[in-house]
Amino acid sequence: MLTRCRFPGRSLLNALVHLPLVVPPVVTGWFLLIVFGIRGPAGSLLLDWFGVRLVFTTAGASLACAVMTFPVMVRSIRLSLDAVDRGLEQAARTLGAGWLDRFWNVTLPLASPGVLVGGIVGYATCLGEFGAVITFAANIPGQTQTLPLAIYSALQAPGGETKAAELSLVAIALALVGLLLSEWVGRRLNAMLGR
Amino acid sequence: MTLSFQLTHRFPTTTIDVAFEVPEPGVTVLFGPSGAGKSTAIAVAAGLLRPDRCRVAVNGTVLADTDAGRWLPPERRRVGLVFQDSRLFPHMTVATNLRFGLRRAPPGPVRFDDVVDLLGIGALLERRPHTLSGGERQRVAIGRALLAQPHLLLMDEPLASLDTARKAEILPYLTRLKTTLNLPILYVTHAFDEVARLADSLVLLEAGKVIACGPLSEVAARADLPLAGRDDAGALLLCEVVAHDTQRELTRLESSGTRFWVPLLDQPIGASCRIRIPAREVILAGRAPELISVQNVIPATVRRIAEATRRHSVLVEIALPGGALLSRVTSDAIARLGLVPGASVLALVKSTSIEVLGI
Repeated sequence: MLTRCRFPGRSLLNALVHLPLVVPPVVTGWFLLIVFGIRGPAGSLLLDWFGVRLVFTTAGASLACAVMTFPVMVRSIRLSLDAVDRGLEQAARTLGAGWLDRFWNVTLPLASPGVLVGGIVGYATCLGEFGAVITFAANIPGQTQTLPLAIYSALQAPGGETKAAELSLVAIALALVGLLLSEWVGRRLNAMLGR
Repeated sequence: MTLSFQLTHRFPTTTIDVAFEVPEPGVTVLFGPSGAGKSTAIAVAAGLLRPDRCRVAVNGTVLADTDAGRWLPPERRRVGLVFQDSRLFPHMTVATNLRFGLRRAPPGPVRFDDVVDLLGIGALLERRPHTLSGGERQRVAIGRALLAQPHLLLMDEPLASLDTARKAEILPYLTRLKTTLNLPILYVTHAFDEVARLADSLVLLEAGKVIACGPLSEVAARADLPLAGRDDAGALLLCEVVAHDTQRELTRLESSGTRFWVPLLDQPIGASCRIRIPAREVILAGRAPELISVQNVIPATVRRIAEATRRHSVLVEIALPGGALLSRVTSDAIARLGLVPGASVLALVKSTSIEVLGI
């Protein structure tokens, strides 16, 4: 939508989406706390209507990660959509494909390597998320503790260096698996696109 | 069958104002230098560019009429477009590319197997576009456009990105396409050999304006158009094979009453073909010469004499019953023969100077 449509308020939406990328994560977390807290405008509605509480829960941690990850993914997906040859979309148009049809069958497949990279970068950002999560969902082991939070906690406790080292290894392994996977899928996709 | 086209559009630096109507479409070629407005016309016909004013109608179907507030978007227009850079979808096989338009169009007369046969792409169906040669890619792109069951086929310099050999490979397919399908084709090019081979009607564009429009044989042989200033200027005539003289190794062709002898052709009697007679090869004579090697001595009248821009020569347009011949001579020759418009003259054409351009 941000790449292909021109509508009033587009720049504002664009800025809003990208805000978490530029403000300190703690600010984002605090903002979430205000909006989605039990007494916050969105949080109280969620609690009253659906009985869902986000603050200090796993779901809350996921939301914080999602908000932090979103701009990164948007950027990379947008770049890859921008890179799709508009001529091919025109060709699809003259062959009778409407805009949704064109998007699913031409634009998205051609942008797929970039969308994949967006996903991987998002995954990496998620893994490393610290500030927004600790502010919004706290640091509850087994519930809202992300890897960096666990490592941080381990380092705070006396004699936690071994645990921190183990956790760091896990982090490295997860990141490596993600990168290799993206490399492999990316190569397959590019081969399919004949690049 | 008519194709009528009218377009006015103001760009920041130029204005395009093009209008033409061709009664028997076949292949209508838009010919002119770059920047003349050819590609704008194609984009408007396809619906990819919405101009200030336009009206496009094919066989009574109005595709766009801005005055009446009618504008069909490209996806609902059913106008096939073949781009210069084939624009095949790289993530699909040739077969999937071909079926892209077919699956989205209402059932029509164009069948998958027929198109594959016509364009000779049967062996390529499972290949990916990036493994094809330029010529193959262009053939697939033509097939893809045809299978979308269009009312009108647009071709925007489809051979411009190909080398001479690839061009020669595709031209026969295009002539076949034109004779097999009953489909109006609007073809844009700036290469005159494509005009000679394919055009039925010719629209000459220059700086956003139509400077001439009509059947190929009439427009090609007009001495007053920029076409006549080209080194390869000459008449283009549509002919029919009427007789073979195997003993003399000659074939007789007829073009609306005018007969030409050419070296023996390998074509059946009744076959149609087009011939090109370069202006520099046509000799003019006041009296029939005796004992001369020239096979074709054609009595005609001078219609127009135009000063050529180059080489101190003069172009003489000679009226034939169904077209005209062009002859490039010196102004001295004009004076010696006393040629003026309306004067009778004999045009002498060597059989070997007549270029037969296939069907």
